[in-house]
Amino acid sequence: MPKATYLSYLCHKSFTPRRLPEPIVANIAIDAPSKELPTSQLRRFYELMLLTRTFDAQAVSLQRQGRIGFYVTCEGEEASEVGSALALRPTDWMFPDYRASGIMIARGMTLDELLAQLMANSQDHSRGRSMPSHWGSRALNAVPPSSPLCTQLPHAVGVALGAKIRGDDVCSIAYFGDGGTSSNDFHSALNFAAVFKTPTVFFCRNNGYAISLPVSQQTATESLAIKADAYNMEGVRVDGNDVLAVHSATKRALEKARAGGGPTLIEAVTYRMGAHSTSDDPSRYRDPREVELMRSKDPIKRFEQHLRGLGVWSDEDEADARRAAHEQVKEAIARAEKVPHPDVRSLFEDVYSEKTRELAAEADELYREIGGI
Amino acid sequence: MERREEVVVLGEDIGRSGGVFRATEGLYSQFGPTRVMDMPLNESGVIGVSIGLALYGMRPVAEIEFLDFVYPAFDQIVSELSKMRYRSGGEYTAPVVVRAPYGGGIKGGPYHSQSAEAFFAHVPGLKVVVPSTPYDAKGLLTSAMRDEDPVIFLEPKRLYRSFRDDVPDGEYTVPIGRARVAREGRDVSVFTYGSTVPTVLEAAAEASEEGIDVEVVDLRTLTPLDVDAVIGSAKKTGRVVVVNEAPKIMGYGAEISALLAEEALDYLKAPIVRVGGFGIPFPYVHENLYMPTVPRVIKAIHKVVEH
Repeated sequence: MPKATYLSYLCHKSFTPRRLPEPIVANIAIDAPSKELPTSQLRRFYELMLLTRTFDAQAVSLQRQGRIGFYVTCEGEEASEVGSALALRPTDWMFPDYRASGIMIARGMTLDELLAQLMANSQDHSRGRSMPSHWGSRALNAVPPSSPLCTQLPHAVGVALGAKIRGDDVCSIAYFGDGGTSSNDFHSALNFAAVFKTPTVFFCRNNGYAISLPVSQQTATESLAIKADAYNMEGVRVDGNDVLAVHSATKRALEKARAGGGPTLIEAVTYRMGAHSTSDDPSRYRDPREVELMRSKDPIKRFEQHLRGLGVWSDEDEADARRAAHEQVKEAIARAEKVPHPDVRSLFEDVYSEKTRELAAEADELYREIGGI
Repeated sequence: MERREEVVVLGEDIGRSGGVFRATEGLYSQFGPTRVMDMPLNESGVIGVSIGLALYGMRPVAEIEFLDFVYPAFDQIVSELSKMRYRSGGEYTAPVVVRAPYGGGIKGGPYHSQSAEAFFAHVPGLKVVVPSTPYDAKGLLTSAMRDEDPVIFLEPKRLYRSFRDDVPDGEYTVPIGRARVAREGRDVSVFTYGSTVPTVLEAAAEASEEGIDVEVVDLRTLTPLDVDAVIGSAKKTGRVVVVNEAPKIMGYGAEISALLAEEALDYLKAPIVRVGGFGIPFPYVHENLYMPTVPRVIKAIHKVVEH
């Protein structure tokens, strides 16, 4: 029976969910294969994480100002999100959850598209029908999530199974948090994936909390990765705040899947620096000193040190990158706020492939009710 | 399955075993384990994986072995299957057929006999189809497999082998969303579907001996309902009975009643009467008295005629 894998470039074995993480060394793990990527790609990792952080902070601010209704922050988890997303090929299918700003930015969703969904304007892929932070895009092979946790995990298995049946070279990745590992669909999906040996990567961001519940109360197991043992699947634990380690681990899992090696559960150990969402107040259940300690281990700063150490990042680069990210976000917000909401009658479309007579009548009735002709 | 290789069949015991009611018999030997997949014991997984297959472009026909076991998959059906097209702005669709034997009459007790169609008929985005004859079963299932929307396909298990019917070889479809007038009549409209259709036809035959001419309408599709057929028949006869096996309270019959009360009140000469199961879990003992009987249907017909 395979035990959970603690690869040498992965997390410290002593990094248990039950207490605060050991101080993580400032340097990126020595032997992460992605360390050997060309400088231009390393800089891209950094710029995407920085853009994510910038966008994320602005989105929270928009909500506080009442300019958007709700937002789910991914502050602190940028390395897990960007590192894993960049390991995918465009033809691989992605099943994000609702804490996915970094995932979508790295995947290639534009800021305009992200904001369109947050603002529910007429450019939104989901046509204003979903709560903010539920992103999807056919062009990016990203299926939009629902709000119940982990329902998308069996979907990821089904897509991978379909690809296997057709003989297509396609993998799927499903994202979720530590809380999700308690869900029925987590169990269901991992079991089916292992039985059918589907090319699926289950990517768990262990950020320490499921809203108010710390992971030590979520599970009795020594890690989340070890849960894969129950399905005879490989479970891999990785330092989720080391973007290159995350990238390496995800790439390894995808290559294994492509070669017919079946599914992998990846546990990326990270930390939720912000609240669960803009409707949450963590001061009710979390010690602010813990947050300050984790802020000192910021994954973005950590990678910046790494790049500086390599001599490929300077003060000027940092200033330029920050300014560029800030402007990009600011301009996108200005554009997005000018785009109107979808027409009220679009509410009645896409329920079925063809609009029924009853739905058409309801649409007309509502339109008249709001003063349309 | 011969026509399109994207069509795959999955569920518990549907492959090598051919299905508990032999509905999928022969498929495994003809199409093999890649397209006829025996699944682990987990209904939510069967439906969840089916959704994924459909997203990828396959056309899965998933079986729930007994409708009574659908509830673990209820989240996947309601939260995911019914809303995938809507929440993705039409970018993703999940054309899954979910087949399940439903209803009582096989001495199955509370967990092999339920009629849960109302739960699904209440969910926007799903289609709910219930055949009552072998001819309609083949035609409607063919339509369901070709439909671009998710279809819950409920098979009245009591009727699987209860009578024979002429079923043409080769392809044909019966349209989803269209009711069938099983018996034309002038005096009373009885709306029914699935397992109670033969009971109602028997009651209608008896009633005709008393000089009551009963029109029997087999709804065949619960959502989207053939509203024109229902209102048309009610306006013609002015007297309405609704018969189904599910518990009467809060059941599908209430929808028909409310619809007619709202749209056809002036044509009604009597209150609308529903015949359904009692307000109890489906029992093992006295099963035959729980399900709508011919005398109970006739009593309802008398009630609306004598009003």
